[in-house]
Amino acid sequence: MADETANGPVLSADGTPLKRSLNKALRAQKMRALMLIAPLLIFVLVTFIAPIASMLFRSVENQIVSNTLPLTVTSLKEWDSKSGEMPDEQVYEDLFFDLFLAAEAKEHTKLGTRLNYEKTGVSSLFRQSGRKLDDIGEVYQDPLEDLNEAWEDGSVWYELMSGEGAGNDDLLESTVERFNQLTRSDSGTDIGFVPGVAITSILPKTARAYTAFAVFTVVADEDVVAEEDPWEAVYAALALDLMADGTADAISGYSGPQAELLKEAAANVDMFPQPDFRAAFLDLDEDWGDIENWTTFQTYSPRYTNGYFLNAVDLQKTPDGFEARPENQQIYILLFKRTIFMSLVITASCIILGYPVAWILANLPMRTANLLMILVLLPFWTSLLVRTSAWKVMLQQQGVINDVLVWLGMVADDGRLVMINNQFGTIVAMTHILLPFMILPMYSVMQTINPTYLRAAKSLGATNWTAFWRVYFPQSVPGIGAGSILVFILSIGYYITPEIVGGTTGTFISNRIAYHISSSLNWGLAAALGTILFAVVLILYWAYDRIVGIDNVKLG
Amino acid sequence: MADSSGNDAFVEFERVQKSYDGESLVVKDLNLTMPKGEFLTMLGPSGSGKTTCLMMLAGFETATHGDIRLGGTSINNIPPHKRGIGMVFQNYALFPHMTIAENLSFPLEVRKIGKSDREEKVKRALDMVEMGAFGGRRPAQLSGGQQQRIALARALVFEPELVLMDEPLGALDKQLREKMQFEITDLAHRLGITVVYVTHDQTEALTMSDRVAVFDDGRIQQLAPPDQLYEEPENSFVAQFIGENNTLEGTIKEIKGGLAVVQLDDGGLIDCTPVNVSQVGERTRVSIRPERVEFNKDRMQEGAHTLKAEVLEFIYMGDIFRTRLRVAGNDEFIVKTRNAPDQVRLKPGEQIEIGWLPQDCRALDAA
Repeated sequence: MADETANGPVLSADGTPLKRSLNKALRAQKMRALMLIAPLLIFVLVTFIAPIASMLFRSVENQIVSNTLPLTVTSLKEWDSKSGEMPDEQVYEDLFFDLFLAAEAKEHTKLGTRLNYEKTGVSSLFRQSGRKLDDIGEVYQDPLEDLNEAWEDGSVWYELMSGEGAGNDDLLESTVERFNQLTRSDSGTDIGFVPGVAITSILPKTARAYTAFAVFTVVADEDVVAEEDPWEAVYAALALDLMADGTADAISGYSGPQAELLKEAAANVDMFPQPDFRAAFLDLDEDWGDIENWTTFQTYSPRYTNGYFLNAVDLQKTPDGFEARPENQQIYILLFKRTIFMSLVITASCIILGYPVAWILANLPMRTANLLMILVLLPFWTSLLVRTSAWKVMLQQQGVINDVLVWLGMVADDGRLVMINNQFGTIVAMTHILLPFMILPMYSVMQTINPTYLRAAKSLGATNWTAFWRVYFPQSVPGIGAGSILVFILSIGYYITPEIVGGTTGTFISNRIAYHISSSLNWGLAAALGTILFAVVLILYWAYDRIVGIDNVKLG
Repeated sequence: MADSSGNDAFVEFERVQKSYDGESLVVKDLNLTMPKGEFLTMLGPSGSGKTTCLMMLAGFETATHGDIRLGGTSINNIPPHKRGIGMVFQNYALFPHMTIAENLSFPLEVRKIGKSDREEKVKRALDMVEMGAFGGRRPAQLSGGQQQRIALARALVFEPELVLMDEPLGALDKQLREKMQFEITDLAHRLGITVVYVTHDQTEALTMSDRVAVFDDGRIQQLAPPDQLYEEPENSFVAQFIGENNTLEGTIKEIKGGLAVVQLDDGGLIDCTPVNVSQVGERTRVSIRPERVEFNKDRMQEGAHTLKAEVLEFIYMGDIFRTRLRVAGNDEFIVKTRNAPDQVRLKPGEQIEIGWLPQDCRALDAA
């Protein structure tokens, strides 16, 4: 029956538009298909895609600096690294409070490790200074406690800082949030303490420091705020507040809890030494005066950085952009080049060795071919580690091959060949290990080439060689292409074999990535290297598609 | 066409044998001579050895014993590419990675023929099969019939004197096949080339060939022009294999004056032409073509032998009527009659008398 509605949509038998009923019919099919692949899809998403994505994200992520030293990062922005002068007092003051909290939370060493990738020595600077920060604060704590012993009492502080009337929820929230970022946790604001609004406006730094102390006490130490004595940093903050202009006037009009105690302290503000955090830090470690260190801190302040990527291509970040690393630190470009070159050599060797084998397999009777196929697949049943180690046994200087060569008199006993722990060893072992990946796609493509083509070519007057080269070979190219992509992509990211037999000259970029993941713990750099490797593979894949055409690749 | 004498023999098989496993012979003692310009078809069921013979001629198989000669010289030890024999394969074997023009140009390139010559020959060959506009396409873009033509053009483009065809029309539908049958024979005769054609389709063999060699069991059962093959089969196999055939089993009663009297198994006696029977008492299989059987008394020819028959089935097939009869205990006796205005349409159950001339009725071996 033809569609009678020439001017409208075609309708199905029950009057609904045909398109819609078709979609409805297909939707059930699609849903079923989706349900069938759902377990694998979820598995892959959770265990593969998501970790890779988060790993790659690490290559630009740099939040640790601004999370650990939020105040310092802000005040350091003003500093001109080229002025040749150390940052001003404000920066050192902020550094003190930032670092104090980080040290209490034991996060300062992580930051030190992170910045140590960019500037050697920062790690120990942070670690050692973290232990001695109390000394800087005690200078202000002692006179206060001498003045009135009530300052030693945690509950007095608690009353003072809680104040009366409205609480400053904003300060509490921002402090908790900062703490969460610092320790990558997820705590709420229900800590049994809220700084008072009035006291916060009179003593802003003290409120900030005390709130930080309170949050830490409750969340990290799981103690009650009122029962704990405040940190030295809180005393320092109070001293700074008391010495600030206008604070005395504000205090005189204050009538909240412990107002008398506060007024007493304000009256004796001369008991505090003149604050000089810069001097204090320089006293801890004179590297705090190193302008290069501060330049590094400033350069790596932003939340995201291209520093890892620059690092991964032998460049380094400077305040003005980037520059080449010193010659003796350049390693990654060399490694990338070597990885690509060796992967190409391995791929070529696999083609040369695999092609005749695949040809024989494809042209033998089924029974014999299956038997030989088992031999090709045999390596798959042996552990990769065992195969690689076997090559070590074969190739080493006191190994089987050298022994045989010496026995045959082809090599002198004192001139044994070095065939392992270099590029040669890696290429030999990896060619052997990846060969099946070349043979299998070649074989499956060659199987589909009808032998009649060769006969036809010969009947048309072609010699065996011409028939092969002009007729058979072009038809087997898709197999070579598939095998090459497989082997090349596998080898460019190979790790175990170069690690075992590669020595120093035969290692791949993947070995360096593994080193940064497991030894130096510079995950950002590892992620950047990995991202570059991934991009290189994608670009090569794209180029291959443009030149050969990916639809010409047959895996079976 | 008469059997060719040895002098103008172009292709010769002499006592050729072929075995693949050393235990059984696929081709047993093959002797065949072909004059130049002949269109010879090797016909036979699968496994009869016809393709093996073709492959030996092409050079893809070597003869286990015997001599194969082309133009008087033995080619047993000449590799296929030096034999200069054109070949059309069953599945065409057009090179999928080359265009049509490149496919045709290939045999010329390997013969080191200059570019302009090559282009001209390719063009001429394409025009010859009326595919001139398709030079730039790939084989996969052509239909089966078009690929067939290209395969033919490629086998002919280097002007071989001998062309072998291995069931070239097997993959085509009926109509196209009939058209191509005509085109191939026409082309072969026009170009004066010698063709060895292998098929298992007897209609194809009969319509196309000058001579047909019927193969069975590794031997040529009969080598004859189509009409002779159909009308004068030399043994039961050929009679059965070529065309439709009615058989009646019996025993030779006597042979005299070029006629044999056969006693059928139900006791009836009929006169036959003896072919490969010689002794009285020998078992025989009498063969009669369905269209030579007559049941209309008015048309029954003088001297026709008659038998009683019962109509079992009447099938209307358009141009002909096909009637199945029970004759002398054989339920599969077929009679074909032309659909003419005055033709009788028999009804199942009718008792009739059928008859035929003794020369249409051949007493063959009982095998």
